[in-house]
Amino acid sequence: MAETVSRDTLDPLKIAEDWTKAGRKVALATVVETWGSAPRPVGSHLVIDQEGDFEGSVSGGCVEGAVVAEALEVLETGKPTMLEFGVADETAWRVGLSCGGRIRVFVEPVA
Amino acid sequence: MDFKLLQELNEERANRRAAILITDTASGKQRLVRHADSLSGDPLADELAKRFRSGKSGMVETEDGRELFLTVSVPPRRLVIIGAVHISQALVPMAEIAGFDVTVIDPRTAFATPDRFPERFLKADWPEDALKDVPLDAFTALVAVTHDPKIDDFPLKTALEAGCFYVGALGSRKTHGKRLDRLKEAGVSDEALSRIDAPIGLDIGAASPAEIAVAVLGSVIKALRKGPEGG
Repeated sequence: MAETVSRDTLDPLKIAEDWTKAGRKVALATVVETWGSAPRPVGSHLVIDQEGDFEGSVSGGCVEGAVVAEALEVLETGKPTMLEFGVADETAWRVGLSCGGRIRVFVEPVA
Repeated sequence: MDFKLLQELNEERANRRAAILITDTASGKQRLVRHADSLSGDPLADELAKRFRSGKSGMVETEDGRELFLTVSVPPRRLVIIGAVHISQALVPMAEIAGFDVTVIDPRTAFATPDRFPERFLKADWPEDALKDVPLDAFTALVAVTHDPKIDDFPLKTALEAGCFYVGALGSRKTHGKRLDRLKEAGVSDEALSRIDAPIGLDIGAASPAEIAVAVLGSVIKALRKGPEGG
């Protein structure tokens, strides 16, 4: 799958379409709200498949791992979910954004 | 997301057409609104029109308290400049800083030289040929600054037909009067002709080529951000 980087290989929505066509189970995560300094703007996407492979970004790498884990859940249940990430000390079990911002991420299955 | 909707959205994006995907974040229900769709009767009409202009995705709360997320997809804005003239030399870097994909078209090879313009912007060809590679659309502004009818008239007519969000032409009122007569003769409607910004640019008393470039870019951004009425 190693191809040269082009507009298409960096486009999560195109990747979501291509992966689905290739028979992979795909979830799409989208930044829907941000407060304070957030690393990626509203509308940014992360696309995830059932193996936990992903492309795109919803942060600077701080919360992608947690989003991928939630996305696997979404693929199991087939139901969309809303995630919220804030500063690290806000709730102990949550993954934090080191930049101090807060983001909401919508995760949905592509089917 | 429904796979069919995703394909439809990607199809619009691949063809440089704007679209907005509306997602009810509680239920996951979605619908797609294309830029060409009529918005009349849509409960979100005003919001959608605003978003098509701004290009910004975001959350909207409906009157009954539902949260809708609007995924707004608009093509990168383009500025096509007809004429590799002195004004264009100032306009190209300014427009690029402002975020436009810039193309300069001029068949006169004395003007369209790599010494005067970085080659990535340049098409040293007649607009009739060059525009085949950069088709005009609603997300493109066209600025014609050669004041040579042989070069300017065709792209102006094409830009009006393609619904470019801004169409401007350099020239005195007299030059523009003659231009209007020619374009009318070529079958362009009065309504379309009234969309040409001429004399070109914001009325800021611009004198030097660089100042005129500022005035032109100001007009282009005004059309982009405030709509065709310039409100």
